Order: sequence, then structure tokens, then C-alpha cells
Amino acid sequence: MEANTSNIKLKSERRLGRSGYKQPWILHFMVLPAVVLAFIFSYVPMAGIVMAFQDYKARLGFIHSPWVGFKHFEYMFSNDYFVKIIGNTLIFASSKIVLNLIIPFAFALLLNEVRNMGLKRSIQTLVYLPHFLSWVTLSGILIDVLGQTGIVNQFLTNVFGIQPIFFLGDGTWFRLTIVFSDVWKEFGFNTIVFLAALSGISPALYEAAEVDGASRWRQTMSITIPSLLPMLIVVATLAMGNVLNANFDQVFNLYSPMIYQQGDIIDTFVYREGLLSGQFSFATAVGLFKSVISLILIVISYRIAYRFAGYRIF
Amino acid sequence: MYHKTLSYRVFSAFNNVFLLAIGVLCLLPMFHLLMVSLSSSAAANGGLVTFWPKGFTFEAYAKTFENKNFLTALWVAIERTVLGTAIGMFVNAIAAYALSKDTRVFRARNFYLWYFVITMLFAGGLIPSYILILKLNLIDNIMALILPGAVAAYNMILLLNFFRTVPKELEEAAFMDGAGHLRSFFSIYLPVSLPSLATVGLFTMVGHWNAYFDGLIYMKDSAKLPLASFMQTLIVQSDMTSFDAAAIANMSQRTLRASQIFIGALPILIVYPFLQRFFVKGIVIGAVKE
Repeated sequence: MEANTSNIKLKSERRLGRSGYKQPWILHFMVLPAVVLAFIFSYVPMAGIVMAFQDYKARLGFIHSPWVGFKHFEYMFSNDYFVKIIGNTLIFASSKIVLNLIIPFAFALLLNEVRNMGLKRSIQTLVYLPHFLSWVTLSGILIDVLGQTGIVNQFLTNVFGIQPIFFLGDGTWFRLTIVFSDVWKEFGFNTIVFLAALSGISPALYEAAEVDGASRWRQTMSITIPSLLPMLIVVATLAMGNVLNANFDQVFNLYSPMIYQQGDIIDTFVYREGLLSGQFSFATAVGLFKSVISLILIVISYRIAYRFAGYRIF
Repeated sequence: MYHKTLSYRVFSAFNNVFLLAIGVLCLLPMFHLLMVSLSSSAAANGGLVTFWPKGFTFEAYAKTFENKNFLTALWVAIERTVLGTAIGMFVNAIAAYALSKDTRVFRARNFYLWYFVITMLFAGGLIPSYILILKLNLIDNIMALILPGAVAAYNMILLLNFFRTVPKELEEAAFMDGAGHLRSFFSIYLPVSLPSLATVGLFTMVGHWNAYFDGLIYMKDSAKLPLASFMQTLIVQSDMTSFDAAAIANMSQRTLRASQIFIGALPILIVYPFLQRFFVKGIVIGAVKE
């Protein structure tokens, strides 16, 4: 702090720099809280991944726990159950990805044809709502509604005369429940993306088609869908990174031991092995496996999206 | 004009009815449970309630609000949401301001940006994070629910994009008058970006209100569970047996559970109109690239 009158002028010249702004030390200071928090709560746990290659014992800590190389990974791949949960994860995630693209896309196209603005808004309000409710709330609702004596089974028994269905207790029904309840929660929200893209289509295209006497069907096929295609491709590409994300919150709140074979996914397995059974190292190895594959997929998908559609997040 | 043709009119009528039906269907399960929560427990247990309350009563709600554990959890949830949103928004907004400057002004900008983006792409995972909280002695401390998620790179990038749309002339005028970056942030950028900040803030609030898992693993003392975690233990965990005889005994709790579900979701339902208005705009604004 050489606050000396003689060099104030010189200093202020340097401080203003070429761009005419003050020197940016204060900007470093402004990112500091976030940098520190991210370091402690994101980067330190990343370093903790070393325990995937150790037999971590709490009393020995990271330094003294014995190193075991790829033992946990070898065990993982030789384990039939692990192969099963990878399969479950892929089934859940990929069905959700596909349905959460097709249904919102179709819904946006149909919603676009609603001319009454009040009606359009009301429909939007109804279908977006589940997105904002947590899986705890929605599971509470689903458990009640889909229960053996719940209203859905009541309806099925009274109207169709069929036996109550164990939606959450039978493997196949559980899978269907997981996929369709996810669509229920998310399709409204995903519709927005496509609606936004729809409103970006130039009206001049439709006017020209009108003049040529094209029907609405023809306009949809020749103008609307081709205009939305790039958006659809970007969303589909970016969704690729989620192919190992079957949604922990949803499965965790709906599953039960009796349908583990068809319902257990990587994340719930990591939770049970790690926090409930105390297999810290093994659970970390499984988690690491998932993170690495996901990271690779995300990087590839963003590259593709950038390459072909110029998509960037910042 | 296509929309005057008969076939389009028929389509349009069907389309309107169809979409409205889907919309109503989406809400029907919640509506049904709301009706259950407003019915007498005998009617609810007998499965007599459909889409109208039977034996209308607020008894379940009254009972829930008499439950001390529920009230404690409600208070923890409020505390967590308020503190978490305040801390998170401050940390992310002030960093976003610095990162909204281009590299000529803030040379380290890209380095920092990547530093935060990496946290979005890769994480240590459940177990290392848990051990960290354990070692930091944050078990049973509300900060365990607030600090780990405080830096949200995605929100930071959204705010950064908002800040970039603020006209540079405003800030330059302030610099002329001798203001620094801190002053410019607090006196110009924050007031000007209030709608955008409200958007991100609202989403952060919803995130905190709905978060249950961190409470479940970090709060060993059940008096420190936030509402979402408390409800998870109450509604979901107690119902893993709903396919056998125990389900019948459990059923007497039905109206009570339904009322708890609705009280838990109420704050979300209240802010929902704002969320809905904001997020369409938010997505559009956030998507503006330079």
C-alpha cells in the first residue's frame, strides 16, 4: 500500500488500463466465495474418488487405507446383479428419453392449433404443474392412488371387472409406472421448449403456403415439422448424457425390496451399498463408473450439438 | 383460409377437447387426494371418496397441525429455504457479475468459468460427499443442507447471461462518477436485473423446499429433518408394505397422509403462477447467446 501522492497519476493510468476499466482484483474477490465453496464441496469430494481404488476404513482414513487397485471394478463386472441394474437403468432412462421427446413434441404441435388463448393457457397451466412438485409429494400421491384399494384399482374393478393390479409391487407394472409417471411429471415442461421454437417460425412461410392453397396438414408437414427438426435433434442429442440417469428420486421413493430385480437402478444400489451397508469403497467405485460414462456421453453429445446446430450453453 | 374449412373445424373441436382432457387427467390424482384429505377418515378408509369430499371436515389438517414433529420439520424447511436461497443467490449473483465481464476486462474469466462448469459435469458422488460432511462435523447442522449446493453453475450461467444484456452505458456512467465494480453490482446490476434474479431465486427456493435426500442422510437427529425429508420418512418409508395386511392398518392414516402431502406442496402451489409466468421468459432470456 504505497499510497504516495507522487505516483497516484501513474497508478491510476495503470489501473484504468487499455480497456478503460479499473484493474480487476475486485472481480477475483467477487468470485471468491463461489470458488471456495465449489472447492470444498465439489473438488474435495472429487479427490475422495481415490477410495474407489482402496479398501477404505473410516479409522484409517484416505492415507492409510490399503490400496487394492481395480478390485472393486472387477467384482462389479463379475456380479450378475450389477449387470441387471445396469439393464434396469438403461431401460428406464432410454424409455423416458424417447417418450419425453415424442410426447412433448406432439403435444406442442397440437397445442399450437388451439386458437383460443384462454384455453391454451389453461391447458398449459394444468400440464406444467407436476413438474414443480417433488417426487416425495408425487410418490405420496401415486402410492395412494395406485394402491390395492386406491382409486385406480377401484375404477378398474368397477368398470372393467378386473383384479386389482399391483402397480408398485409387480416388476413389469412397476417399470411401466416408473416410465409413465415420469412422463406425467415432465412432458408439460418439455413442451415449452418446442412451443418456444414454434413461435420462432416466420409467419411469412405460412402466409406463402396459404396463398398456394396448402391445407393445415400440409403446412404442418412441410413447414412446422422441418422447422422444429433442428431443435428436436439438439434436445435429443443432449438427452444422450442422461442414459445412465434413471432418476434416483423417483425410483427411491417408489420402489421396494420385492421388485429390486426389475426396479433397482445404479443410484439406488450405490445408496444402499454405501450408506446402508457401509461398503464405502465399492459404492464409490460403482458411482465412479457411472460418472465417467456419463461424462463421456455428455462431452460427446455437446460436441455433436455444437457441431451440427451451433448449440452452446454459454 | 384453412381454419374455415369444415375438416379443420372438426379437427379443432376434437383437438381442444382432447388436450383439455389430458390437462385435467394430469391433475386428477392430486385432486382426488385433496378430496380424500377433506373427507372423514371413515369414508376415506372405506374407499368411498372419488372427486368430492364425503363427510367434509378439516379434521386431518387440524390433527397435522397439532403434531409437534410436523411443525418442527416445517420450521426447519422454512429456515433452510430462506437461508439457502439468500446464501445461494448472493454467492452465484456476485460471481456471475464478475464472469459477465469479457476477457479484456477480467482476464481470468474463462478459467473461472471452466472451474464452475466442471462442477456441473462431474461430481465426486454420494459417498465422498457424505464422508466430507462427516469430517467437517456438519452432521445435524443446517449448513450441511445449504453449503454443498450453494454454488449452482447452471444458475450462475443464467445470471451471467442476464447481466450481459444490461446496457454497458449504465455501468460506464457509474465508473465515470467513480464507482467501482462492487458499487456497480449492488447499485446498478442488482436493481436492473430484479425480474431475472426473482426467476432464479424462485427456482432456488423451490429446489430447497423440495430437497429431501440431503436431510435424510445428513440429519441424524429427527428433530432437524426438514419437511420434505420428514414426509419422505412418513409417507414413503412407512408404506413399503402396502400390499399386505399391514396396508389395512395403515389405511386409518390415509386422510392424515393426504393432508400432509398437501401442506407440504402448498408453498409450491402458491408460487406456481409466478413460476409459470417467469420460466417461459427465463428459458427464452437464458437462451440468448452472444
